[in-house]
Amino acid sequence: MDRLVLRTGGWFALALVAFAAMLAARDGGFAVHMGIVSLVALGLAIIAMRRADYAAVARGLLKMPADQGRYYDDVIRWGVIATVSWALAGFLAGLYIALQLAFPALNLGLEYTSFGRLRPLHTSAVIFAFGGNALIATSFYVVQRTCRARLFAPKLADFVFWGYQLFIVLAATGYLMGITEGKEYAEPEWYVDLWLTIVWVAYLVVFGGTIVKRSEPHIYVANWFYLAFILTIAMLHIVNNLSMPVSLLGSKSYAAFAGVQDALTQWWYGHNAVGFFLTAGFLAMMYYFVPKQAQRPVYSYRLSIIHFWSLIFLYIWAGPHHLHYTALPDWAQTLGMVFSIMLWMPSWGGMINGLMTLNGAWDKIRTDPIIRMMVMALAFYGMSTFEGPMMSVKAVNSLSHYTDWTIGHVHSGALGWNGMITFACLYYLAPRLWRRERLYSLRLVNWHFWLATVGIVLYAASMWVAGIMQGLMWREYGADGYLVYAFSEVVSAMWPMYLIRAAGGLLYLSGAIIMAWNIGRTIAGSPLRQEKPMHGASHDMAADKPLIARPA
Amino acid sequence: MSYDALRHFADSWGLVFMGATYGLLIGWHFLPHGRRHSHRAATMIFESESEATEAEHG
Repeated sequence: MDRLVLRTGGWFALALVAFAAMLAARDGGFAVHMGIVSLVALGLAIIAMRRADYAAVARGLLKMPADQGRYYDDVIRWGVIATVSWALAGFLAGLYIALQLAFPALNLGLEYTSFGRLRPLHTSAVIFAFGGNALIATSFYVVQRTCRARLFAPKLADFVFWGYQLFIVLAATGYLMGITEGKEYAEPEWYVDLWLTIVWVAYLVVFGGTIVKRSEPHIYVANWFYLAFILTIAMLHIVNNLSMPVSLLGSKSYAAFAGVQDALTQWWYGHNAVGFFLTAGFLAMMYYFVPKQAQRPVYSYRLSIIHFWSLIFLYIWAGPHHLHYTALPDWAQTLGMVFSIMLWMPSWGGMINGLMTLNGAWDKIRTDPIIRMMVMALAFYGMSTFEGPMMSVKAVNSLSHYTDWTIGHVHSGALGWNGMITFACLYYLAPRLWRRERLYSLRLVNWHFWLATVGIVLYAASMWVAGIMQGLMWREYGADGYLVYAFSEVVSAMWPMYLIRAAGGLLYLSGAIIMAWNIGRTIAGSPLRQEKPMHGASHDMAADKPLIARPA
Repeated sequence: MSYDALRHFADSWGLVFMGATYGLLIGWHFLPHGRRHSHRAATMIFESESEATEAEHG
């Protein structure tokens, strides 16, 4: 009974504190955020009361210890649902801002729906909401299976999941209201950053605790990648977000660094967010789910170790390539460029390791649409880790920097590598987590694969053309020494490319809607879709006999 | 430590230390026992999953 009172009362007290902060807030955005926190805490207080096991309270609270012989999968099921939902939201926001670039009227004349506010909403929704939930869900799945141990502190894992959703909601609503630190991929303000730090430390405790209590002596390589991702993101997040709030009741803060130091810290963070969030974490998925789906061990375990340590040692130095030809010292720019080029080799080693896992089972690309997605993901991992080092070369960067080529590069990595490998993992997880015979439909996976692939091709190709054209037009001098094109002429020249890009985004979103339908039906336990199998052994028994010549 | 001294330490002994650590961490897995160990680690994820903990799947 004491615990029940404590819990309900605690949530209620938190709701009151947040409500008071809302009333005393210095700015509207902070007030809205504290209102959200207050509502969440109030809802939790009510849930704590309603869910209370009063019979058990009466008996003196004899709680059975959790069955250590079963994995804790509830939080992973929530994670799968959240990943699919945030995918739809993030892709839709992306399509909308792509259309805004082609048709500026879609800004609607409102500050809340302007491109500048919706763009960070899109990037955070796809990277942190879609990608982050996929990473949390798969890491909890993989660490339990490879350690053969039940998740450490399941309640804390629930907190990680729901706390992370609250972070996403606060971040997203903040962008719409104009609350931002103005740092790429690190837009949320100081109080949201503090909240994420708490959630992230809890994540580390759950993940690390599970590894500590493992019953399998060796720590499988996927867990190395997950652990590197969790630790490095913690370090990057804390250092890059060091800032001083103007008021403890207001949303505005100022960064601890200034000028070029701030820029370097930001891109040290920014590039390693790509390196450790979007690469190491997703490689962890690759090193578990590709071998499992292919039913073959990884091609070379030693190569995976080389891959791991090379990424760890090289990635952290590559950030300065975002600051070529700026006030950053020349040697630092060159250092960033050199380490970026060195990254090419381990990246391709990893790609080859993933692809060669299918050695001897290449037919599965034809027969298994999930394997096909994984192969496409690895192909895009290879392509974007080649394109990236190339663009980091100063001579190339002088053309590509600030153009849409960069946007195309990011999306070939994000849509092709991160998106495809996540879809494949979701298709792998859904029937297993909900104990279904198989996915509702494999044909729909195939549809998703082709819609997404054609979408990426349209996106990347149009952005290459747009970016290179943009770069060349910007630097075009006439005989008299004046620039040939006005900025507005460059913008209008890109209109067809913007339309093609939006068409690609529409295809990619359509594929994701099909996935949501397929996974939704799988979760609902609908009867399996009646469909022609992906790989029928066509065989006509009646015709399968020698031809005997008959006399006329 | 002055900026200049740090800078020169970083591209001399710092670099050597980093390279040596990298070599050690990689080299460890190429010692004679590494092959068997790696094979065991790579196939570990396929060792039978008990019925109670995993769903059946097609």
